[in-house]
Amino acid sequence: MNNTKVTDASLVRNYLDGNENALGALINRHQHRIYSFIFSKVYNRDIAEDIFQDTFIKVIRTLKRGKYNEEGKFLPWVMRIAHNLIIDHFRKNKRMPKFDNSGDFNIFSVLSDGDLNAETQIIKDQIESDVQELIKELPEDQLEVLTMRIYKDMSFKEISERTGVSINTALGRMRYALINLRKIIEKRNLILTN
Amino acid sequence: MGKLYFKKTSKEEKINHLKPKKETIDLLLNYSKALSVVDYEKMKFERILN
Repeated sequence: MNNTKVTDASLVRNYLDGNENALGALINRHQHRIYSFIFSKVYNRDIAEDIFQDTFIKVIRTLKRGKYNEEGKFLPWVMRIAHNLIIDHFRKNKRMPKFDNSGDFNIFSVLSDGDLNAETQIIKDQIESDVQELIKELPEDQLEVLTMRIYKDMSFKEISERTGVSINTALGRMRYALINLRKIIEKRNLILTN
Repeated sequence: MGKLYFKKTSKEEKINHLKPKKETIDLLLNYSKALSVVDYEKMKFERILN
């Protein structure tokens, strides 16, 4: 009863202050939502169980290391971790494809039509929207060159003419834009591959 | 006939009632109790008590 009145933020605070029961309360409160979310993507109870476990291990480690900041909300943060781990799972499976040996031979287990399936499409869309958010953090000059090159598909010659700088400067800005993007991704611990 | 389009499939209903095993939750709570992070200068070390 009392549990519903306490906010996630104060439970997190209690947990950081050493109250282990607060973690139990947080897990108890959100387990349905997180587990259902994972299961809805992987459709396998054992894998969902593993990902759920890994998600909270990451949550616990991050909290105990004092790296969690209450910028966002607790649940979206945990969902994001789960989402990244689901992507990891599919990526791993892509590298090591498994044959479903559950009976009849299925030709589609060895053939692929090359199109994106629903999962990879979701991942691709997510990555693209994440990147669009990330590039906003770049300095103006680098953002300008990167946008022209990647999104407008302009050549470096055209970019240099449009921005009034030399081709070498445009190339340098592009290079630094990519270096800085990698740094931002690393700093935020994001996984942006499918 | 129309109802067929709006009725939740049993799969969806099932998903909404799923939750992790008790063993998984216990493992996480025990892991949390066992884990401590020690600060040393600018570094952080994790320590697991057995």
